[in-house]
Amino acid sequence: MKLQKASSIAIYAVLELAANPEHQLSGTEIASKYGISAHHLAKVLRDLGRAGIVEAVRGVGGGYRLTANPKRLTLLDVIQIFEPVGPQNELSGGSRISTDAEHALRIVLEELDDHTVATFRSITISTMLKLMVRKPWASALRASRVGRRAASRR
Amino acid sequence: MVEISLCSDRALPVNAEGPSQSALHSGPEGTTLHSRRKHANSPLAIMKSRSALQETGDLRIRAATASDCAGLIALDEEVTGLAKRQYWKELFTRSKSRRRSPRFILLAEANKQIVGFIVGEIRAWEFGEPACGWVFAIQVRPKTRLKGVATELFQALCEAFRDAGITKVRTIMARGNHLVLSFFRSQGMMAGPFIELETNLD
Repeated sequence: MKLQKASSIAIYAVLELAANPEHQLSGTEIASKYGISAHHLAKVLRDLGRAGIVEAVRGVGGGYRLTANPKRLTLLDVIQIFEPVGPQNELSGGSRISTDAEHALRIVLEELDDHTVATFRSITISTMLKLMVRKPWASALRASRVGRRAASRR
Repeated sequence: MVEISLCSDRALPVNAEGPSQSALHSGPEGTTLHSRRKHANSPLAIMKSRSALQETGDLRIRAATASDCAGLIALDEEVTGLAKRQYWKELFTRSKSRRRSPRFILLAEANKQIVGFIVGEIRAWEFGEPACGWVFAIQVRPKTRLKGVATELFQALCEAFRDAGITKVRTIMARGNHLVLSFFRSQGMMAGPFIELETNLD
């Protein structure tokens, strides 16, 4: 699945702030690290601020800091600020579902939605930071590179 | 399959089946568990908690013995609101016999009171998968939560699994049990390759 860009940016920003609780980070620093538009990031940070997740620190040095508890703040909390998550009544354009096919498909889509919501709701920012430290993708990347090198030698 | 009541005070639906293959090895009093490796008979022993549990006192993680059954039943009932005496008695009884699949019942004890427990079992070729450790239940007394007790229990169980040569641990829980899902996620667990399916038998 794919998240909307604003959701991804918000998650990156929250993770950066949560990883640096002792420091304030500027929007420029975060935008630079992730190669994103500072203007877009500013809008996202403003929305996160309205939701009580981050706050702007004024004065010399400025920047942003995380105000939410990273052990309690979940991916669902962040994503829902920017896009709907979970069952959407869009299958039949909002009109009543009447056919068996529509009902059957609705059941399958709801199953996926339930899994999606449960997954996002179960992962806190703190857990995401641990995942970033563990880097479970690293071994897969290494194996992939080894495989490509072996293939190129044949 | 899993009855977990970690941070929620809601009574959870109970799967009274319990593990189908019994055979817990509980070793000598206060020690742990059977190791599959012949050269090792490593009791889990009594582990000092790494977390500073000032309010609960010294936390010890140890293997359950038959005499702990009543205390475990009481804790389970306190947390879930459901008295599953028969279930736990049978679990302990089956645990005494020799097993092909080692089962672990570990307790967290503070000030000589049981404040939590975890139940796990090694199963091989269930659902077509080679041997792995399964976590069936974990509970922590409400007043003792958020102090790292569940983490200590989980880490102790994983150590027991590792000692038995196991390299994978799995669990299943209700999708709506957000806090417990979060707990296992915080321990590094991620979605596995299985999908749980069900149907009603009408």
